[in-house]
Amino acid sequence: MNNPLYQKNIISISDLSREELELILTTAQSLKHNPQPELLKDKIIASCFFEASTRTRLSFATAVQRLGGTVIGFDNAGNTSLAQKGETLADSVKIIASYADAFFMRHPQEGAARLAAEFTNIPVINGGDGSNQHPTQTLLDLFTIYETQNRLDNLNIAFVGDLKYGRTVHSLAQALSLFNCNFYFISPEALAMPDYILEELNEKGINYSVHASIEEVVDSLDVLYMTRVQKERFDETEYQHIKSAFLLNADMLENVRENLKVLHPLPRVDEININVDSTPYAYYFQQAQNGIYARQALLALLLTNHFQDQA
Amino acid sequence: MQHKLQVEAIQHGSVIDHIPVQQGVKIIRFFNLTQTDEKITIGLNLATHTGQQKDLIKVENTFISDEQANQLALFAPRATINQIKNFKVVHKFQVQLPDSFIGVLACPNSNCISHHEPVDTRFYVKKKSTLKLKCHYCEKTFDHSFFRELD
Ligand SMILES: [Zn+2]
Repeated sequence: MNNPLYQKNIISISDLSREELELILTTAQSLKHNPQPELLKDKIIASCFFEASTRTRLSFATAVQRLGGTVIGFDNAGNTSLAQKGETLADSVKIIASYADAFFMRHPQEGAARLAAEFTNIPVINGGDGSNQHPTQTLLDLFTIYETQNRLDNLNIAFVGDLKYGRTVHSLAQALSLFNCNFYFISPEALAMPDYILEELNEKGINYSVHASIEEVVDSLDVLYMTRVQKERFDETEYQHIKSAFLLNADMLENVRENLKVLHPLPRVDEININVDSTPYAYYFQQAQNGIYARQALLALLLTNHFQDQA
Repeated sequence: MQHKLQVEAIQHGSVIDHIPVQQGVKIIRFFNLTQTDEKITIGLNLATHTGQQKDLIKVENTFISDEQANQLALFAPRATINQIKNFKVVHKFQVQLPDSFIGVLACPNSNCISHHEPVDTRFYVKKKSTLKLKCHYCEKTFDHSFFRELD
C-alpha cells in the first residue's frame, strides 16, 4: 500500500487530514514497541536551527539516530557563516537540501518552513516557525493522548494557562477539532483563547466552555493540558489569585477520573507542583519522551514508501 | 455627450471603469501600471450618469485578462473592464473577488518570512463579507484594511 505521506512536507498541523494524523500516531506506537534501528541507515537528515531550541534539537537528533540515520546541520544559525554572509533563506535551503534526504528546521520568522519547502524537493519538517506552527510538538501531544486514552474521539480535554499566546494549545485544539472532543478553556481573562480559534471551533461545531478555575471541571476530565502563565504579565496580587486558580497541586486530584492524564509541553515553572509528579496522573515526562517516537514516525513515513507494510 | 468629452476614446486597449474615487491612483501604483511605454489615461473624480463620482483608467494596446482584473477587486470591487478593438467594445466584464491575491500586497506581519525572500506574497480570501485575507506563509489572517502595497 502506498503511504500518503511519502516525500510530503510537514509544515502546519492544519495541512494534515484525520487519516494522516492517525497514520502518524499508529506508526509512532509501532516504533515505540518495535524499534527499527536500521530503517534510515543510508539516509542523511539536515537539522537546521536558525534559532536555538535545545529540547527540540536533542529530541529530533535522537529520533534520527534511533532509526539509524545520520544528522548534519547546526544548532544556532547566529554562530554560522549563513547569518554573517546575509544569504537568503531560500539559497541556504537549496544548498543544504542538496546534501540531504530530509530537512528539519527551526526558524524565528513565521512562514519560514513553508517558504523552505518551495525551494527544495526533499521533505521539509517544520520544527517551529516563529509564533506560527510547531507541528511535531502537536503530534507528540496527540500521540500521548492517543497512547494514554486509546482514542482521540469524545474526550474531555481542559487547556489551562496562557491560551492567548501559546501556539502549542492553539495547534493542539485545531488538530483535536478533527475528533469530536469537548474542550474546557481555563485561563486568566487577559490570556483567553483568541477569537479566531473560537470561530474555527464554532464553524466545526465543537463543544467548548470557558472556566475560571481548574477545580470547576477537573473531576470530569480525561486530559488536563497545563501551560505556563508568565508571572511577568501580572502584578503580585493578581498573580496570587492566578496561582490558586491556574496552578495544579496534588490535593486537587482527589476525585478525578482514573484515566486522567496531566500533560505539559515543558519546561514547567510553578504551574504544576512537584507533589503531582508522584501521582498516577502525571504524564508530562513520558510526553516529552514521546516526542522521539512522534518524530521517528514522521521520518519513517516521509522517507520510506512502504513503512507500514514492514512494521 | 458630456460624458464622452471627459475622456477621449481609445482605438485598442482596456478601460477600467467604475473605480471608486481615491482608488484610481492606488491601483496604478499597486499594479505597476506605469511600467509600460503604452499610453495611459487616468480620469479622477469623473461624474457618472447617476450624479456620483468615479475614477477611470485607460491603457492602450494592452488587454487585461480576467485573472489580472480580479486582483483589482481589493480596491474596486465593482470595477468593469472594457476591452476595445477598433474603437469598439469587444468584451466587457465585471471584476470578481479572486480566491487569492498574488504578488501585489505586503504582509502586515513584520515578522513574516515573505518580506526578505525572493518570493511572491500570496493571500487567500477567507471571508468575503468583511474581506479577510490569510497569508500563505505566516498563516495569519488580516482584515483587508491592514494591507499596503509592496515596496
Ligand atoms: Zn505573512
